[in-house]
Amino acid sequence: MDDGNAYDGLVEADPDARWAFGTGFHDTLAGVDDALPPSVDRAQLATYCLMLGDDALIMAQRLTQWTTCAPELEEEVALANIALDLLGQAGPLLARAALADPTTVPSLPPGSPVPPQDALAFFRDPRQFRNVRLTEIENGDFAASTVRLLVFSTWRLALLQRLVGSCDAVLSAVAAKAVKEVAYHRDYAARWFVTLAQGTQESRRRMASGLEAVWPYVQELFVAHRVELDLAVAGAGVDPAKLRADFDQVIATVCAAAELHPPPTASAAATPGGRDGVHSAAFAELVTEMQSVARAHPCGRW
Amino acid sequence: MSQTQESWPLYEVFVRARRGLNHVHVGSIHAADDEMALRHARDVFTRRNEGVSIWAVRSDLIAASSPGEKDAFFAPSGDKVYRHPTFYQIPDTVPHM
Repeated sequence: MDDGNAYDGLVEADPDARWAFGTGFHDTLAGVDDALPPSVDRAQLATYCLMLGDDALIMAQRLTQWTTCAPELEEEVALANIALDLLGQAGPLLARAALADPTTVPSLPPGSPVPPQDALAFFRDPRQFRNVRLTEIENGDFAASTVRLLVFSTWRLALLQRLVGSCDAVLSAVAAKAVKEVAYHRDYAARWFVTLAQGTQESRRRMASGLEAVWPYVQELFVAHRVELDLAVAGAGVDPAKLRADFDQVIATVCAAAELHPPPTASAAATPGGRDGVHSAAFAELVTEMQSVARAHPCGRW
Repeated sequence: MSQTQESWPLYEVFVRARRGLNHVHVGSIHAADDEMALRHARDVFTRRNEGVSIWAVRSDLIAASSPGEKDAFFAPSGDKVYRHPTFYQIPDTVPHM
């Protein structure tokens, strides 16, 4: 747009471009080269994409469970928006996994129109999911969900900011878009964290116990899986251990504003963890609910 | 819930679709303060790429004309078509007029 002409805003080519219906949508991956980088093992790339995609998918599913239950209508919409952002990140990541290694995609009845990313989301068994366990724990109350979202988005934002430099053009493009989304998610969670910690005695108590409940899942975020290390060396992925300093700095800033202290971090995370397909007891139930409709209609067209 | 709904004031939300257009009233939301109002407005009303700018204003700060004064306010302009600027040429370079 020519900044010198105020009329330009009125004469865009699209005659439907009025406020009531947003227009000008664009595809993040349009024009992005989807060739697989030669330096990267295909099966490892697929596993890595599943890890990042499953983190987003399972977090989206937990956030979606707030729909109809949130304390205010506006918060409900906000949480659903965040869930949709994450679902939008999961889609191309799972599709990338399927492209890199088609053997990861569960087989469906012949003629099924279900695309590979949906097959991965809705037809894998719980053990095949690679998400960190932080994403799958029960929502708890709004305070606990806020703490979990703060931890998740702080960690994921630090990861995505580095992933923008990936030698895999698709991972880089997905990360570049997601950085803006997750920055908002982090801001949303941090504001509620501080507001509730500094609110009433009851809201502060809940925020402190939310912190206690979520904190045991923090250490796992920074334990590098073999695949993450190899991808980092190949220039396609990020070593999660490198994210710790950024994460600690942000959390310290938010906690200082809230005048709350995170509990001491356990020296070692329980291994094997979510990256190896080992999940908590609540996870199978979550996956069953998430997949129930798709599994009932394996030839469904959505 | 009803208690918090009452304690959070109502805000009117105006969204501008693009540079060059006006902010248009799109609806209202509840929020505890101005900063939260902007965020709630963003979350509720710009989900479909509708806007590039948001105004949120406390509803109780808006002065509104009263329906009881409708005749005195608006009827006098009902018969003055000559106030429309339709009696001169518009230059070709001015679009959408």
